Amino acid sequence: MSHAAVHDLNAPSASKNYLNNGYGLRSWLLTRDHKRIALLYLFSVTGFFFIGGVMALLMRLELLTPEGDLLQADTYNRVFSMHGISMVFFFLIPSIPAILGNFLVPLMIGAKDLAFPRINLLSWYLYVFGGAFTLWAMIHGGVDTGWTFYTPLSTEYAQGQVMMAALGVFIAGFSSILTGLNFVVTIHRMRAPGMTWFRLPLFIWSNYATSLIMLLGTPVVAVTILMVAAERALHLGLFDPRLGGDPVLFQHLFWFYSHPAVYIMVLPAMGVVSELIAAFARKPIFGYKIVAFASIAIAVLGFLVWGHHMFVSGQSIYASTVFSLLTMLVAIPSAVKVFNWTATLYEGSVSWDTPMLYALGFIGLFTIGGLTGVMLGTLGIDVHLHDTYFIVAHFHYVMVGGTIMAYLGGLHYWWPKITGRIYRPFWAKVSAMLVFVGFNLTFFPQFILGYMGMPRRYWSYAPEFQVLNVLSTAGASILGIGYLLPAIYFAWSMRYGEKAGDNPWGAVGLEWQTSSPPPTFNFHETPIVTHDAYDYHDQRPTTAAKGEAALV
Amino acid sequence: MSNPALGAAGGAAGTAAAGHAVAHHPDLQHHFDTLEQQKDSSSLGMWMFLVTEVLFFGGLFATYVLYRLRFPGVFAEASHHLNVPMGAINTGVLICSSLTMALAIYAAQVNRKKAIVGWLLATIVLGATFLVVKAFEYKEKFTHHLVPGPNFDPSQFTPDHARPAEMFFSLYFVMTGIHALHMVIGIGLLAWLVVQSNKGRFDSTYYNPLEMTGLYWHFVDIVWIFLFPLLYLLGYHAR
Amino acid sequence: MRSELQFFPDSASSMAGQVDALYLAWAAISVFFSLLIAALLVFFFVKYRRRHEDEIGLEEKEAPLLEIVWSVIPLIICLVMFVWGTRVFFDLYRPPSDAQEYFAVGKQWMWKFQHPEGVREINTLHVPVGQAIKVTMTSEDVIHSLYVPAFRTKQDAVPGRYTTLWFKATKAGSYHLFCAEYCGTEHSRMIGQVIAMEPHEYEKWLAGSPATKTPIASGAQLFATLACDTCHRDAKDPRPARAPQLAGLYGTEVALADGGTAKADDTYLRESILNPATKVVAGWQPIMPTFQGQVSEEQLAALLAYIKSLEGHSPKQAAADGNGAAADRGTL
Repeated sequence: MSHAAVHDLNAPSASKNYLNNGYGLRSWLLTRDHKRIALLYLFSVTGFFFIGGVMALLMRLELLTPEGDLLQADTYNRVFSMHGISMVFFFLIPSIPAILGNFLVPLMIGAKDLAFPRINLLSWYLYVFGGAFTLWAMIHGGVDTGWTFYTPLSTEYAQGQVMMAALGVFIAGFSSILTGLNFVVTIHRMRAPGMTWFRLPLFIWSNYATSLIMLLGTPVVAVTILMVAAERALHLGLFDPRLGGDPVLFQHLFWFYSHPAVYIMVLPAMGVVSELIAAFARKPIFGYKIVAFASIAIAVLGFLVWGHHMFVSGQSIYASTVFSLLTMLVAIPSAVKVFNWTATLYEGSVSWDTPMLYALGFIGLFTIGGLTGVMLGTLGIDVHLHDTYFIVAHFHYVMVGGTIMAYLGGLHYWWPKITGRIYRPFWAKVSAMLVFVGFNLTFFPQFILGYMGMPRRYWSYAPEFQVLNVLSTAGASILGIGYLLPAIYFAWSMRYGEKAGDNPWGAVGLEWQTSSPPPTFNFHETPIVTHDAYDYHDQRPTTAAKGEAALV
Repeated sequence: MSNPALGAAGGAAGTAAAGHAVAHHPDLQHHFDTLEQQKDSSSLGMWMFLVTEVLFFGGLFATYVLYRLRFPGVFAEASHHLNVPMGAINTGVLICSSLTMALAIYAAQVNRKKAIVGWLLATIVLGATFLVVKAFEYKEKFTHHLVPGPNFDPSQFTPDHARPAEMFFSLYFVMTGIHALHMVIGIGLLAWLVVQSNKGRFDSTYYNPLEMTGLYWHFVDIVWIFLFPLLYLLGYHAR
Repeated sequence: MRSELQFFPDSASSMAGQVDALYLAWAAISVFFSLLIAALLVFFFVKYRRRHEDEIGLEEKEAPLLEIVWSVIPLIICLVMFVWGTRVFFDLYRPPSDAQEYFAVGKQWMWKFQHPEGVREINTLHVPVGQAIKVTMTSEDVIHSLYVPAFRTKQDAVPGRYTTLWFKATKAGSYHLFCAEYCGTEHSRMIGQVIAMEPHEYEKWLAGSPATKTPIASGAQLFATLACDTCHRDAKDPRPARAPQLAGLYGTEVALADGGTAKADDTYLRESILNPATKVVAGWQPIMPTFQGQVSEEQLAALLAYIKSLEGHSPKQAAADGNGAAADRGTL
């Protein structure tokens, strides 16, 4: 059945893989292998994750007390701005597509590489350049505009390195455009024989939808940020009312991209979760086609709801009504996905391995994040909740509870494929629990704070908000440990972890049919696909898959 | 899942280890199975890229249209300061350059390798002409104190027209400037193509880079076809 | 006033109850679905846990009805909540006709208020209980947002235009006033209090405040000082008019020289003072000079108040309501 199974782990042919195919710096920095580029992304993106994480901890420490006593107001503003910029533009947007997507898209569809390997490498360099600009800005004083760069604050009044940070985001935007371009072309043109559209794993569908957003949205925010930089340097007056400009125009252009960008962050996470649920319940995802089309529906509808960020901006109340209605509609495909994942478990063979714990955490937290999102889309409530901690809690439930949970789940699931080795499951489960508990303790109190009326981006606050803020800070410290642990045991496993074998989870899917780690061109022979995705009945894995159980 | 026998037959390039064992075109990259797949991929990629370009310019056009609607009179007045003959000449130059670009591709299709170089050089000359004319226009704006910023002389307009007029020129410079940048990149690509075709790399079996650059060049041309009436001509009759 | 441990905000406006009801309904729906999903997950997780290594899940069963049900039910819930939420929203943004008009300016980092009686305050706003109050606001610099959690309402103050919110306090007390839109370094210090008082107390407080001209009166005075009245002459003036009549203008449709029309609302009047040539009224020459940079936001507000007052009764009366200075030039 699976030709990869004939490769014994200890056979010499299995030892020739993408990792040991050259060790020099050049072999990495000039590589065109999508798997190596994925690893380059993994290291750089993780760097930004921890930079953003340190900023978050500083904020939580400051908010332990109502008086601003740890940081200056100005410092606090720079800290939350840099937290947002590094997390959104340099962690969340590239995390799943550029790391897991880069690694898996060709493997999952049976291709030797992405369609444009050089452009793929270029996109990593653009990311690094963009990141370098932003880091430079951070070291030379940072910015105090918030990650949203609202005008005219960013163009006329803000201090700090707005130009450099904006330029960094602008450049990184092209990195994401090129990744999206590569994915779309690869998925269209490079599928293995027999890999029809409806045999594609759902991770591919969701990355396809994500890529469409990257292609259609990113150029708009790129040109908008360019206008902000030009306006700041030359005082063009485009967004300055004193010069005849319209500051709210910026918000329209910005959210036209940045709302769909939310789906850039969460759609790939949904794809990962679909893979995890199918693999660890050993069942096809319930209603495969509906879940696939839901991704596309979310991508398309996601472009029509940007105005729900502007209900109190003075936008016409009729426009707000339309945006609110569309927001309700975009919730439906997400709700359907949640129900379908849950239904997949019914009569499944559910494993309790670490990746599945993350998938479960994702569904629970994303449900809360999604429901509170629809609440915020309801006009009458948003007026009160807009720009309060309720918003902060909501999008952290989606971005951290959703995307990061799925990202970590995916990393645990594919780690044996990426490195050929497996981490210590005990520590992985401990960390999954810490992340889940720490996350809820950090962000649930913020829902209550928000309804009580605590505005976001406040450096000092009214005393009655303190109890909940202390809880939140306590949670953040647990969450921090939960995130540090994987960094340690993953690094440890790369050298000392046990050999994982080609298919430790007993999963179907092309990526599990090649050796671990895969050879440079992925497959020893071009695979021919004869089954639907997740068809566990006709393609029962021949090797006894022990999963993590073998190690405990 | 994959039957080894079928797999070998299905994968034209064979195993990775076998690599180039199967004779194929020197320009076929490793990870593609056939030249046709490679060509399809790059043309789809280029179209996708052009879609992002449309949206990139779209943001600028949207901003322009919005302010044009907000200050219709001032924008019409300010557009009278643009040099319509120069813009018209440039429009003609660009349309001709699209033709020469198309002829270069045609030359490749009929295997006339020298003609490829000739038409490419013609395209470069026309592109450069456009940029030179544009440079003269920019210089003219500078000497007339119409460049936004310290150079701008608001006294040419009634007091409350000066700001929107300056905004018109800001948009003019941003939009034509980004367009000109695209021209410069296009000329760079063309120069690289000239070197490659001199080596005789392109013929009727393989002229993919020519075709892709051609798509890009036509797109840049079309952007100008929109810029010219929007910036120069709208409200021109009102003089 | 506030206890240290509190998990729900004060409710002190006529709208608070409606918003709370909507919120609690949504919260109940959210809790129900979250618990439903969580319970199902845990149940399936335990019931169908993998018993041996080679086990696989049972074959998928089609259940089209189930899929329709769980698409349609959320859709219906969302639509119902949309309609409800939109009705609350329209109530939140449509002030009743008897609302008293207050004026607010945000600037880095303070709120400046003016009462219809002319009293000015900074970062504190006294209001009478039981009276609908409409706050028209703008900003001198960046975007701010006026937010009173206890009233469940909020509105961005955007430079270069006017926005409004309204509320009717129902309970005397002092309530937080926040800037909700991030506006720079001291954003978290751009806070204050709304003090709702029983009407008689409010009257007492108002009487105790330093006497000031009403916005209409100071607008009338400005109208003369800036020599607006040399062109915008009163209808009874025998000399030929050089500029459009302003009496009764507010709220009407104006035909413009370029063929379009504009509604003479606050933002239009503001733009016509600051950038007169942008929207010239049909039939008039664009001779009006710009007042950009010459009038402050407060003065603009006063001019607007005066122009609006020309609608119902004569400026003479309006001025008489205030201190009467310079009122006669408008009519005579």
